[in-house]
Amino acid sequence: MDVSEIEKLAHLARLNINDETIDETAKSITGVLALVDQLQAANTDGTAPMAHPLDAIQKLRIDEVSEPNQRERFQAIAPATEDGLYLVPKVIE
Amino acid sequence: MEWETVIGLEIHVQLATKTKIFSGSSITFGAEPNTQACAIDLAMPGTLPSPNEQAFRFATMFGLAVNAEIGKRSVFERKNYFYPDLPKGYQTTQLAEPIVGRGYVDLQLEGGRTKRVGIHHAHLEEDAGKSLHEDYHGMSGIDLNRAGTPLIEVVTDPDMRTSEEAVAFARKLHSLVTSLGICDGEMSQGSMRFDVNISVRPKGQEELGTRTETKNLNSFRFMERCIHQEVERQIEVLEDGGTIKQETRLYDGDTHTARSMRSKEEANDYRYFPCPDLLPVIIDDDYIEAVRKMLPELPDARQARFEATFGLSNYDAGSLSADAATSAFFESTAAACGDAKLAANWVMGEVSARLNSEELSIAAAKVSPEQLAGLIVRIKDQTISNKIAKTVFEAMWDGEGNADEIIEAKGLKQVSDSGALEKIVDEVIANNSAQVENYRSADESKRPKMLGFFVGQAMKASRGQANPQQLNAILLAKLEG
Amino acid sequence: MHNLTIAEISQKLKAKEFSSVEVTEHFLNRIESLDPNYNAFISVTREQALAQARAADIKLAAGDTHIMCGVPFSHKDIFCTDGVKTTCGSKMLDNFVPPYNATVVENYLNAGAVMLGKTNMDEFAMGSSNETSYFGAVKNPWDTNCVPGGSSGGSAASVAARLTPGATASDTGGSIRQPAALCGITGIKPTYGRVSRWGMIAFASSLDQGGVMTRTAKDSAIMLNVMASYDSKDSTCVDQPLEDYTANLGDSLEGVTIGIPKEYFGEGLNPGTLAAVEAAIKLYEAAGAKIKSISLPHTGLSVPAYYVIAPAECSANLSRFDGVRYGYRCDNPKDLEDLYKRSRGEGFGDEVKRRILVGTYCLSAGYYDAYYGKAQQVRRLIKQDFDDAFKQVDVIMGPTSPSPAFEFGSKGDDPVAMYLEDIYTIATNLAGLPGMSIPCGMVDNKPVGLQLIGNFFAEAKLLNLAHQFQQRTDFHQQAPADIA
Repeated sequence: MDVSEIEKLAHLARLNINDETIDETAKSITGVLALVDQLQAANTDGTAPMAHPLDAIQKLRIDEVSEPNQRERFQAIAPATEDGLYLVPKVIE
Repeated sequence: MEWETVIGLEIHVQLATKTKIFSGSSITFGAEPNTQACAIDLAMPGTLPSPNEQAFRFATMFGLAVNAEIGKRSVFERKNYFYPDLPKGYQTTQLAEPIVGRGYVDLQLEGGRTKRVGIHHAHLEEDAGKSLHEDYHGMSGIDLNRAGTPLIEVVTDPDMRTSEEAVAFARKLHSLVTSLGICDGEMSQGSMRFDVNISVRPKGQEELGTRTETKNLNSFRFMERCIHQEVERQIEVLEDGGTIKQETRLYDGDTHTARSMRSKEEANDYRYFPCPDLLPVIIDDDYIEAVRKMLPELPDARQARFEATFGLSNYDAGSLSADAATSAFFESTAAACGDAKLAANWVMGEVSARLNSEELSIAAAKVSPEQLAGLIVRIKDQTISNKIAKTVFEAMWDGEGNADEIIEAKGLKQVSDSGALEKIVDEVIANNSAQVENYRSADESKRPKMLGFFVGQAMKASRGQANPQQLNAILLAKLEG
Repeated sequence: MHNLTIAEISQKLKAKEFSSVEVTEHFLNRIESLDPNYNAFISVTREQALAQARAADIKLAAGDTHIMCGVPFSHKDIFCTDGVKTTCGSKMLDNFVPPYNATVVENYLNAGAVMLGKTNMDEFAMGSSNETSYFGAVKNPWDTNCVPGGSSGGSAASVAARLTPGATASDTGGSIRQPAALCGITGIKPTYGRVSRWGMIAFASSLDQGGVMTRTAKDSAIMLNVMASYDSKDSTCVDQPLEDYTANLGDSLEGVTIGIPKEYFGEGLNPGTLAAVEAAIKLYEAAGAKIKSISLPHTGLSVPAYYVIAPAECSANLSRFDGVRYGYRCDNPKDLEDLYKRSRGEGFGDEVKRRILVGTYCLSAGYYDAYYGKAQQVRRLIKQDFDDAFKQVDVIMGPTSPSPAFEFGSKGDDPVAMYLEDIYTIATNLAGLPGMSIPCGMVDNKPVGLQLIGNFFAEAKLLNLAHQFQQRTDFHQQAPADIA
């Protein structure tokens, strides 16, 4: 795992990684990947992937409105709002 | 070189549920910003999704209507990307195991041609919020009311070859989802949004050309224009020896131009994986059969019924049956007035013209089927002529009351009293002696044409209210006499 | 008063020996004077606690018989508390005051229990030493140069130091059992789906499970009775009848078969820990249990599988922390990308960032099958190991952790050394099984934990076995030297 690969991942994950620590990050992630690479030795032929511990199935919710407007409460903890909108730096499509 | 166009569509259909796909927030259109965004929709820490049963029923209905396999096991996955209108930083959607599998839609095209378009699959997912680009001190505003609105994304095979086919498919899909009652079909509100994948290739070539995807088309007209423009652009690039860049383009309905989307330029890596907060949704045959029994009449069946029951032409039946609300309006009118053909003419004629000019949907028509039927009844019983009826219709549309009230108030009743008509005819003959002479001396074959002058004069004198057949008969008798 | 168990406090409240306000104030005062030594709490909610205690006293006077009515306890700062700051140990949520309660929090409110405060933890529950907390590491009351374990280190240390009679916690790969072992207390992670995850800030959704930490098994049973519920707001919560976990504590050990997996006694196990665990097993045998050697052949793959699945899930779960709707937002972002990258870069600590990057890598195009897909397959193999084992035995036992509490910084900069701390606990989370740790001895004056693993929904059996052990031993009653 080199610095450029870390930078690519950091961009995908939208994480700023300091230039001073990026070598260290690359090294430690290489170590973690060496650990998880032990998986490759496992014989998993014919084994179905397991996403959940329990073989349960999804229950569905009845389509009835249950949520009142709580905008004031929710926006009281927001970093930047105006006219009921959350503000972010200009979105360019 | 001769080029062939290849078109595939992806259509986002907002489902007409009461609540969002994963929360109990309302999805009423036009609410104040962020007043329909609960803790789940805002992706507050620790909140979890709770899937909406109705969304699955609607998706199943859709699947059955497009002759598709229903996914008895469907799985939600997370599609990861960052965007301010996507609060969780991932969209919950379906990929490997969607609710609707392979299906097809048959289209009727001009000239009696038919075409089958394959449905690759359709999956359930959540809509994103909206970024409002008005200037808030150089910032954008985010409204998350729409975030979490249930969608089915319908993906077609690249089976269409012309804009006509693509638009016909889009119209058919609109007709299907509104007839099913699973979408309100309000395209101007974004209830149905089309992404068009377009490529061109030399005619006869098997391999597909590089495609572009144009997003954000929310009218059939835009779609047609966009396809024309993009096909022209691609051919021009290729004929100049260039290559088509695979890209996402955004259509601007104001300028009628499309441009490459800057934000989508970078190669995306969505890192799909099964959503660990949700379990597989299992649907059995009993459920599917129960939904099938609940399916309303679909447009094709309705068209056939209109032809058979009402004796409408294939074209008339087709245009009246396409949209569920229009069909219902027509059928109510026909039932109330007892004349399906007249009802059809009026719905496709005056009603549709006024709706178009005022950009209204049929649900917002200012004349009810009962009112329209009241008008048609007065045409049939000859109280008013067709021409006067148009005046009455305009007045009804403008809210002046029912047909009878307007006819009465404006004194528009047709004059069928032969005494009164004879008096008018006598006056016309007396005042136009020269023309009467001409008529009487003219050759037999030229007379019918000359009669028109006298009809016009008499009609004018009756302020348009003379019963035309009666007037004709009296005029003929007097002139010949 | 602080040496009383929850069961005893409950009984004395009902006998009017003291009021809820009195016992609450006693613990609040202890936290105030002693917690600076341990840093076990992120927030202490004195005013709220006293208001809840007064309300509980009124209910008790009116004859409320709920066993936890008026009993003080603490919540791990991973559970959202309406109106009370909930940080998850992160700078990202240093200013986050949730406008809603976790279901678990609601359950304790409904029982009339009194929340003293919110306990410290590894950032977003990612860690085994509590060193990743933005609010500073928690110190082990047995030796303040040592870690308390993690991620529920604050809950563990506060119970061990008698700052609270019991605490809630969560366990994704050992975060209840390992700190319970290192702090010499009792902790239980129930079956996945037994406790609602609604309002419990997610680390890895398919592994996270809430649980409790107390000094005795009986107290764990009492607290778990309140915590467990079916909750339609959590799709992965199991609609299974609730049971009274205190009902079978007295069951005999006669005829119980205990499986001892050979893989849990291999290389890397501290000899002192080994001796204590073996002695505990002998005690069970002497009390009538049958001991059977078993194998869980895929144990060695559990850490690698976990470090694909947990980071993958966390990489998506933590995307919502973007500086837009709540939480930390960087100063003066110059554009959208800057807002995201700096808010997240500055708001998350190194370990959290590392796991997000690892998870992002494992899910990225071209690597999914080799990492995530493979790990999901291995996960099934691990579960099958347990399925096979539970055909032969009622419960599995072994060490909770390879060694007792270690010194701060002793694992160096190597994350893998820290990850191997959870080598005996992680498989349980992958399989979704209930697990417990109870104190079973000492090494160098530091506690050793015995791990008990049960079949699905066998919490009552685990609590019964733990209680029977505690009837015959006093490890759970031992206190660090300077705890009076």
